[in-house]
Amino acid sequence: MSGEEFVPLSLTPLLIGTFAAIACALPGNFLVLRKQALIGDAISHVVLPGIVVAFLVTGAISTWPMMLGAAGAAIVAVVLIEAIRRLGQIEPGAAMGVVFTTMFAAGVLLLEQTDTSTVHLDVEHALYGNLESLIWLDATGWGSLLDVEALAGLPPELPRIALTLVGVSVFTWLFWRPLKISTFDEGFARTIGIRTGALGMALVITAAIAAVAAFDAVGSIIVIAMFICPPAAARMLTNRLEAQIAWSIVFATASAVSGYVLAGYGPLWLGGSDAVSAAGMIATMSGLILAAAAMFGPCRAHIGAHTST
Amino acid sequence: MIWDALTLQLGYNATLVAIGATLLGVSAGVTGTFLFLRKRALVSDAISHATLPGVCLAFMVLVALGGDGRNLLGLLAGSAISAWVGLLCMNWLTRRTRLAEDAAIGAVLSVFFGFGIVLLTIIQTMGVGRQAGLEGFLLGSTAGMLWADAMIIAIGGSATLLLVLILRRPMTLVAFDPEYAAARGLPIHRIDLAMMGLVMAVTVVGLKIVGLILIVALLIIPAVTARFWSERSEHVVLLAGLAGGLAGYIGAAISASAPNLPTGPIIVLVSFAFFVLSLFCAPKRGVLAAVLRHLRFQRRVHIRQGLLALAQGQKIYEPLTLRLLRRAGLVRPDGVATDSGKARAAKALRDEKRWEIVRADQAHEATAALYDGLRDIETVLTHDQIAEIDRQIGGPQGVPV
Amino acid sequence: MLGLVSNDGVTLEDSGLGESPLAVRGLTVSYGQKPAVFSVDMTVQPGAMTAIIGPNGAGKSTLLKAALGIVNPLSGQVTVFGQPLEAQRARIAYVPQRASVDWDFPTRVIDVVLMGLSRELGLLGRVRARHKACAMDCLNRVGMRDFADRQIGQLSGGQQQRVFLARALAQGADLYLLDEPFAGVDAATEKAIIAVLKSLKEAGKTVVVVHHDLATVTDYFDHVFLINTRKVAEGPVSEAFTAETLQAAYGGRLATAQIDQISRALG
Repeated sequence: MSGEEFVPLSLTPLLIGTFAAIACALPGNFLVLRKQALIGDAISHVVLPGIVVAFLVTGAISTWPMMLGAAGAAIVAVVLIEAIRRLGQIEPGAAMGVVFTTMFAAGVLLLEQTDTSTVHLDVEHALYGNLESLIWLDATGWGSLLDVEALAGLPPELPRIALTLVGVSVFTWLFWRPLKISTFDEGFARTIGIRTGALGMALVITAAIAAVAAFDAVGSIIVIAMFICPPAAARMLTNRLEAQIAWSIVFATASAVSGYVLAGYGPLWLGGSDAVSAAGMIATMSGLILAAAAMFGPCRAHIGAHTST
Repeated sequence: MIWDALTLQLGYNATLVAIGATLLGVSAGVTGTFLFLRKRALVSDAISHATLPGVCLAFMVLVALGGDGRNLLGLLAGSAISAWVGLLCMNWLTRRTRLAEDAAIGAVLSVFFGFGIVLLTIIQTMGVGRQAGLEGFLLGSTAGMLWADAMIIAIGGSATLLLVLILRRPMTLVAFDPEYAAARGLPIHRIDLAMMGLVMAVTVVGLKIVGLILIVALLIIPAVTARFWSERSEHVVLLAGLAGGLAGYIGAAISASAPNLPTGPIIVLVSFAFFVLSLFCAPKRGVLAAVLRHLRFQRRVHIRQGLLALAQGQKIYEPLTLRLLRRAGLVRPDGVATDSGKARAAKALRDEKRWEIVRADQAHEATAALYDGLRDIETVLTHDQIAEIDRQIGGPQGVPV
Repeated sequence: MLGLVSNDGVTLEDSGLGESPLAVRGLTVSYGQKPAVFSVDMTVQPGAMTAIIGPNGAGKSTLLKAALGIVNPLSGQVTVFGQPLEAQRARIAYVPQRASVDWDFPTRVIDVVLMGLSRELGLLGRVRARHKACAMDCLNRVGMRDFADRQIGQLSGGQQQRVFLARALAQGADLYLLDEPFAGVDAATEKAIIAVLKSLKEAGKTVVVVHHDLATVTDYFDHVFLINTRKVAEGPVSEAFTAETLQAAYGGRLATAQIDQISRALG
């Protein structure tokens, strides 16, 4: 395919999908190791009420208030889950189930009660986003990458998700050591003075920011899949955390690229005429990668035979 | 209006929905309780999301066979098959690989759902308008509910309840103590699968009314709510059924009473209201009760520690201890013990000494186990026993019991 | 958590906690409605090896965890080398009871030991050759040098315990707290651990061990702290570890024959 076609139509969605996948997979590694993988699930469900509330408050579809609303909802959800878990002495899974379903229900209800007929805001969009439409019309070929005028016409999702990816990477790099120690052995982390509670919250907030930025571009399905599948697949390949993170980035990228390409061209190859949902396809690809890793990965089996005595 | 709705006076469709929602609430509450007691509540999230590809594939098959693809029974059968496949994948991941259950749940739910979305976009290109019914499965749509749909829900719900009734003993045993159940020869894995199968059945039955995203709420929230009110598993099951049924009924009624009140979300919110009420107000496990209990307990500990410090002539450093002692009139503002403080302190020290004897004496082993540093000795021993212990201690005998 | 100055203006120095490596005053910890530790005072002697002993559920581990701030006490004060815990964290190393970590975690033995150097390394400090050498030296001291590249879950229980001791050694602390290090480990591990602890003592460090095997107390330790929810006795082994104090701590739960045996061992 020539640059004239590829750059305007495919480059930006590919980059956005890839950045979103990596931004979610990075914190996902720690969430999976901490057995908090479903926090990602909870966050992506509560994004909807956050966005609807932001819309009700501002009365318009504008990005920043909505992202703030979504991030706020994610934090509210996490705090509520923790509060219900402690106050009611309920296991975390059930507490999560109570909170995110209720908040999602409230979001749907608010949406129904609001006149959103004039704006593009609906549940389907929230679920599977619209990656395919994030094209770069001002581009005419590879040369446009150096053309300031054309660059100004980039879909705003791209710089946003790129910035988020930088932020998530910096957080992971900066707190690498305490994150690793407190994930492995929380008791020890506390004895050497690491504020494990605050760090855990910071991780969840980072995940929430990644989720919200990714959600804005690609919908919540990718968010959950990328939090879990690439890190889980990477886990089957190695016993070193550094290598696991690297593999998870590789898998996230592979899922995003292959999913996008298959969604766009797969149906054509099969004789169909229309593309299918790229977000759904990316999630599906990440699942296939996970399945392959689970069947053939060298480190797929449990090690921890020595549990409690 | 709401009264009309609650008394089923809002017409045929509203009545059908109310009855269906009530039945669904009861069976979801009852089934979800076992899942909750087994600490696997969120497995239902994976099961429910995994229904989507099945619904889509069933639709495509039905269309290929020449139907219009909207046969509820056919779609539900498809959803059941794909949910079952998802369940098996999840079980395989947790049993055969190092993934923990939460990661397996998340992986299955996102991948199956993502694949379902892919299929949904394929269906959308098959012909305009034909997929309209399918998106209703995401959030439920009760507007066009037919008598036949209601019958499917009624029969499915009752069949689930009947199976729960039959399987309740082994399921309770497995939820409470899987190792013991295994030692008794129960096939844990198969009972777990049966439990999941029931959850799947409820999910499939509930697709029409609340949709696959919110059915999770009906499985989890009533069970969590009921747990606040009872320590006995069979009561929790019944209460969860009651809470679920009430939420379904009231939710459907409210939803019918005004426009733009979608049934599924309203049922979930009513259910959540019951949960919040229970979280705070339940008599034993509720938050208010626990806070009061803790404050009382903390007071007892501080007063006791303060009294012992007074009796041994030690200085009290904890401000809270001093404040509590002052308020009880046991010390003066300057920290010196009052007369009644001195008496209570002497008694506390004496009790400690008595406890020491009790705990060193094998004959009192059962009593000694009750020692927690706070208990008044006369609540566990008779006067004669205390007198006997005092003889062993020796010294002044006049300390009041 | 622990007010340095109480409302009455009483400072910690006045309360007589002194410079002890670990001093506890009026400590009460409860799980739910039952105190696990009730109004306990403890003063650990510097440069000594102290065993905390008592029956099951007597609050031994809880005492240690509260001293480390892992569980929050209902009341009481803890000082480490005469100062609040937070100011002295770098001087404490703690070896938890086993099974509190995810053995499946993607990390090698050497990485676990390097975690002990994290204070020195800070947030972004690179692991250099000297840090690796230090970690290897610590592994060597517990006899685990050859296992440095194994994944932590691939070791036996005793070997894992030794790795966690190596991590504590890497911390270069002055006060070592160990929770049941000998529970369920093989004889080789027990020997290796006790040799390391004795060498620590010779180097002037303070060691506190939650211990359950009464038969080895006199061999291994020079101080004991007997607890059964409340403090029962505290002092040098020869004074505080007697048939009477054991009877008081264990009550009916310790068979008389066992006590006789121990008293004979005590001479």
